[in-house]
Amino acid sequence: MKSDRVLKWFLYGYLALVLIFIFAPIIFSVIFSFNSDRFPTIPLGSFTLKWYETIWQDPDVWEAARTSLIVSFSVATIATLLGFATAYTDYRYRFKLKPLYLALILLPPTIPLIIMALAMLAWFAKIGLAGKVASIIIAHSVLTAPFAMAIIRLRLSQMDATLEAAAWNLGADQWRALRRVIVPFCRPAIVSSFCLTAAVSFDEFAIAWFISGLNKTIPVIILEIVTGNIDPQVNAIGSFVFLTSITLVVIAQVVLMTRDKKEKVNHG
Amino acid sequence: MSVSNHPTKTPSSGHTPIRRRHRSDLFQQALRLPIVIWQGLFFIAPLCFLVAMSFFIVRNYRMTEAFEMKNWFKMLSRDYFWDSYGLTIGLATLATLVVTTVAFPAAYTLAFRVSEATRRWAIFLLIIPFFTSYLVRIFSWYVILAESGVINAMLDYIELGPYVMLNTKFGTIIGYMTLTLPLVIILQTFSLANIDRRLVEAAHNLGCRPWRTIIRVVLPLAKTGFIIAAVFCFILSFGDFVSPYYLGGSKPPTLPILIVDTVKSGQQWPRAAVVAVVMMVTLFIVAFGGIAAAYRRRTA
Repeated sequence: MKSDRVLKWFLYGYLALVLIFIFAPIIFSVIFSFNSDRFPTIPLGSFTLKWYETIWQDPDVWEAARTSLIVSFSVATIATLLGFATAYTDYRYRFKLKPLYLALILLPPTIPLIIMALAMLAWFAKIGLAGKVASIIIAHSVLTAPFAMAIIRLRLSQMDATLEAAAWNLGADQWRALRRVIVPFCRPAIVSSFCLTAAVSFDEFAIAWFISGLNKTIPVIILEIVTGNIDPQVNAIGSFVFLTSITLVVIAQVVLMTRDKKEKVNHG
Repeated sequence: MSVSNHPTKTPSSGHTPIRRRHRSDLFQQALRLPIVIWQGLFFIAPLCFLVAMSFFIVRNYRMTEAFEMKNWFKMLSRDYFWDSYGLTIGLATLATLVVTTVAFPAAYTLAFRVSEATRRWAIFLLIIPFFTSYLVRIFSWYVILAESGVINAMLDYIELGPYVMLNTKFGTIIGYMTLTLPLVIILQTFSLANIDRRLVEAAHNLGCRPWRTIIRVVLPLAKTGFIIAAVFCFILSFGDFVSPYYLGGSKPPTLPILIVDTVKSGQQWPRAAVVAVVMMVTLFIVAFGGIAAAYRRRTA
């Protein structure tokens, strides 16, 4: 029994180390963004806000932030709509070629981003969409629709199938039943899929870098600064990016979790 | 729900009355088709075009549509291509082994040794990095691992080092782990948590020692999830250009770096397409091999 306790604490310690490894780069990036040294190390230099001031005054960063916001908002909308329609189709219908249909939707995240980037670059040049903001939005929607679909599908599988049938029997047509029964039930999943797809799009750099042309997003700006040399500006932009995406992810998860709890209470 | 006070228009005989058949088809197609058109135009078409492009030729810095094997011969006959290929496979395999091993004790702890609430929180924490900028995290590692960086500064207090960690395979693997470790831990945890506990207890009761239980009972039961996690780890590492470039020094370049260089430093898109197609075929084989192994029934 004593050896079991030792093992238990060893495992807890191990888990803590793994989490430290995973979060170290995020935490250090934030710390270094307030550190005055050009090449940050331990012991830390003095506290400064100059890196934030630099990016605050940089019109390129503002322009990129605007593009990034437009892109991630549009991507989240398109991907969530597509994801919802697909999840509902999978939930309700059986048809021939359904495995192929699902594969078509779920495949994009398994293709390396660099290959997607090259393929999108060539394809958009071919169809005359090269270098446009719209092309980044389209590419990111392809990439994130599967996430939206998975989140909403999971929610639908928790639904009582008779609810929708009851709505039909009470005279609602299919569209009305969809709008008044299915969509309200899926709302937490829809909110959370909106946030997560926005977060993925906000952070994606490979495809954006290849196809954005002059419409740079924030990650593309970061990539260009990093390729130049060591510049703590990156930590400042990075902290801002972390804050944005972590906020989105936390909202997404809290929305999903609190709904779960509420329903458990209602049922019990 | 909000349907309860709707006026009843049709008698409630069946789910879909026949006279609604036509409209219901429109409904069905309206939900089913958008994704098919979207992914067809912007996912399947680009990938097909990529394969076609590998046969195009570049003349006077302009790409012309053609069907020639020139790019293929040119790329596949170069030693540096095969060096890159070997390196990329080697690094991705190494990363998969390391990540699978490092993740296991953590996943085991989360699946068997903590409460439901703690597990939820840990998964919550592990999901966060998946949605945060990988690029900034790698830049952060660059600063941490540098010769005068955080780790060497700490080692200096105990009079060790400095160790060169940047521009080495070690650096690349750290980067790959940053990318893949959270995902692999999550997938492993789920597959371990789904194991029937009674089987593990039965092994215990029959006097099987803990280590032996893990090897003979737990791991075989969780095999499918573990292989799928490993396949994901391989795919992500194989396709990543950031870690081998910024942390690994890119000498020699991996295949993704080769694509970036070929595209960014010239108009040689068709040659980049050759590299991309070779990568896709490789991943296809690995993924199918993995899935076949994952679902193969045990013969014992």
